Amino acid sequence: MSKNNFAITRRMALLGATALIALPGVGLAQAEPVDGGRLVLIARPEPATLGLGLNLQAPTIYVGGKIFESLLTYSNDLKPMPSLAKSWSISNDGLTYRFELQQNATWHDGTPFTSADVVFTADDMMRSSHPRWKLLAETYVERIEADGDFAVIFTLKEPFSAFIYAFELSSLPIMAKHVYEGTNYRTNPANNAPIGTGPFQFVSWNRGQSIELERYEDYWDESDAHLDRMTFLVIPDAASRETAFEQQLVDVLRPGDVEGFVARRLSDTDGVVITTAGEEFYAPHAFIQMNLRKPPFNNLKIRQAVMHAVDRDFISNNIWFGMAAPATGPVSSRTAFYEPEVTAYPFNVEKARSLVAESGLSGDDLKVTLTPLPYGQQWDRTAEYIAQQLTQAGLDVSIQGVDVSGWAQALSTWEFDLALNYTYQYAHPALGVARHYLSSNIIQGTPAANNQGYSNPEVDRLFAEAANSVETEETQRLYSEVQKLLVDDVALGWIFEMRSPTIYRDTVNEVVTSAIGVMDTMKATWKAA
Amino acid sequence: MTYRVFLSRLGNGLLVLMGVAIMNFTLVHIAPGDPALIFAGEAGGGDETYVAQLRQDMGLDRPLVTQFAIYAGDLLRGDLGYSFRNQRDVASMIAERIPATLLLTLSAFVIALVIGIAFGMLGGWFRDTAIDRGLMVVTLVLYATPLFWLALMFVLFFSVRLGWFPPFGMQSVIVPDAPLDRILDIGRHLVLPAFSLGLFYAATYARLVRASVINVANADFVKTARAKGVPGSRILRVHVLRNAILPVFSLASVHIGQLVGGAVLTETVFAWPGIGRLMFDAILQRDYPVILGVFLTTALLVILINIVTDLLYRIVDPRIESTAGN
Repeated sequence: MSKNNFAITRRMALLGATALIALPGVGLAQAEPVDGGRLVLIARPEPATLGLGLNLQAPTIYVGGKIFESLLTYSNDLKPMPSLAKSWSISNDGLTYRFELQQNATWHDGTPFTSADVVFTADDMMRSSHPRWKLLAETYVERIEADGDFAVIFTLKEPFSAFIYAFELSSLPIMAKHVYEGTNYRTNPANNAPIGTGPFQFVSWNRGQSIELERYEDYWDESDAHLDRMTFLVIPDAASRETAFEQQLVDVLRPGDVEGFVARRLSDTDGVVITTAGEEFYAPHAFIQMNLRKPPFNNLKIRQAVMHAVDRDFISNNIWFGMAAPATGPVSSRTAFYEPEVTAYPFNVEKARSLVAESGLSGDDLKVTLTPLPYGQQWDRTAEYIAQQLTQAGLDVSIQGVDVSGWAQALSTWEFDLALNYTYQYAHPALGVARHYLSSNIIQGTPAANNQGYSNPEVDRLFAEAANSVETEETQRLYSEVQKLLVDDVALGWIFEMRSPTIYRDTVNEVVTSAIGVMDTMKATWKAA
Repeated sequence: MTYRVFLSRLGNGLLVLMGVAIMNFTLVHIAPGDPALIFAGEAGGGDETYVAQLRQDMGLDRPLVTQFAIYAGDLLRGDLGYSFRNQRDVASMIAERIPATLLLTLSAFVIALVIGIAFGMLGGWFRDTAIDRGLMVVTLVLYATPLFWLALMFVLFFSVRLGWFPPFGMQSVIVPDAPLDRILDIGRHLVLPAFSLGLFYAATYARLVRASVINVANADFVKTARAKGVPGSRILRVHVLRNAILPVFSLASVHIGQLVGGAVLTETVFAWPGIGRLMFDAILQRDYPVILGVFLTTALLVILINIVTDLLYRIVDPRIESTAGN
């Protein structure tokens, strides 16, 4: 396959990512798929386990996503698409979700897949092992029941329009009842030698080196799964990952495998395709978390000063090399019900300085520590830049470097002043956004909650009403209102929407075909001979 | 005599091991970071109840003394514990990493010794000549170069530019079936990490041996040998080297311990699946059983290596034996 066969390559692909979003499922090549071949990818870091549903770290989803499936997947414009459910319907009152299942799907050990597996997963296993599903199920789900072998019905306690987005791989991976029932889920041997229904089955795991998958010959969708094999190499060093790709020892780099400056350089390399499509579902959204429980951030003027002191365009273009877009509020522009008409906080250090002066705070009250997100050089630079800017605005900022564990502990126990963080939006504000602002979610134990301690009864009410609303226009009105309120209150300091690229060789086709990108099964992916 | 020394060293080693176990356990548990929080984060986040349940499942809700008593009891039964995060027993996790680490570190060690001793002998024997100065400049550069940078330069030059060796990993993606091909495949992957790790230590040995050779070359017995007309090469080999190499043994016993547990950078740059990386990952994730298991195993290896070195020292230099006897 020559480079000329592709409509979009390299930098054009980056620039034209929106075109890909607009044309879901459309790959870069027009040629007929070729069966066979091995795709080499990178597992970074090496997953602790492949037991999807027990561990939801990105590498586990990346590898496990080829082995397991959920009921649905989502197109790049966030429309539900069939997976283990071939069709679905929602009752007019928004209380009943009925899924018709694939009838010829089997587990990789040959056992037929049935509705019993779905009920077991959703009503039993995930309720105990998956905190996000547990919260969702306990809050909204009245009962889950099978209707024959190939239909499942979810009945809700109250309407919850975001529920249709709760069926992607990281939210509800379907697990085998005959493998897990009656066992200790966390110590089940299948977690390290998984049995799924996906297009690829587990072959071997050479710890510290590689994970090997092969095509599952009895996969329910015979038209797909073109590749013979997938190999995930464990390459912990970023420079080595870059070399591996340039040496053509690796075919695909998932978002984050290399830093932004490397991605930008690779975008000018012949035979390389780079796209920011495939993150629409998660839509990672970065923000400065300010502890509102104490000075100075319990003062609105100081929070406004933070927003004015930080040049979000500079961060997006210079620190993240254009692989980010300035954030305007709590909801990503790629997520449903985004409201662009909110209060703006243009970059203005003078204004920030005068806001700090107006706050009436001085001396030790303005002395704060910034806990960076220890996820690589770009996050380090972001923290350094923010500290510099806030110092210019009149705060006394020192950076407190910690590892991932220290960062998680600082946020989870509220022992921080300022911290960098980001969140997945899961396509809908009710799933990925509200959790950071609801009073009921001011909890310890996780960095993905309302760790800053923001509390506003009006915001709670609007989020609750919006979640229950089944009318799109009314839902939009409620979410618009709550976004305006949150931005006025500066409940968090939103910085940028991450647009991390997927990079691959132009011999590889149909790499990103859904809103979860390479985290999906990649069953349509094929490699030119 | 050697037998008694061996038993004495072994006894001391066991005491050291006990001390190491207590110290490691204490340090690991007082370090900031909570394994339950990390585990909850990996499961997608959880509330306080979920984290408390995890802490209970991991046994972290018990008093530290009780936790240590359980840990010590398991150790006495030869059980290194269970990694809740990896869902595997620690002993098997370590066992599968040790061969890779030993292969890398022993290869690096041999490279360090051979090159270091050769450079040091030549430098010392041809003291203040162009050869000496040239070799010392090389060793100084190697000594001063950060290990990871040297590793990256090796990759760029020998792998990217020349294409002689693979840039990372221990085996090719498609592992050859024939045993000999498989060995050769591992050998090709071993060259760059072993040399980048070995050359740093080679520089240390070269400078040590050079100083020792200069010292020994001025000794009376060497002057006597010269006066008797013994050829220079024989003097160097038989009289000088045997005496000059002794300090290398002392230093080598320290270095090999460092190498076993401390090849983290090399293992990371070259994606080498050794124990150093296992330890590094475990520390980041606060995987207490794995951290403690690796620390203890490393300590055990260091103690054993020191005992063996001690015994070898006595064989190479019988004067030690007689001094001990006296």
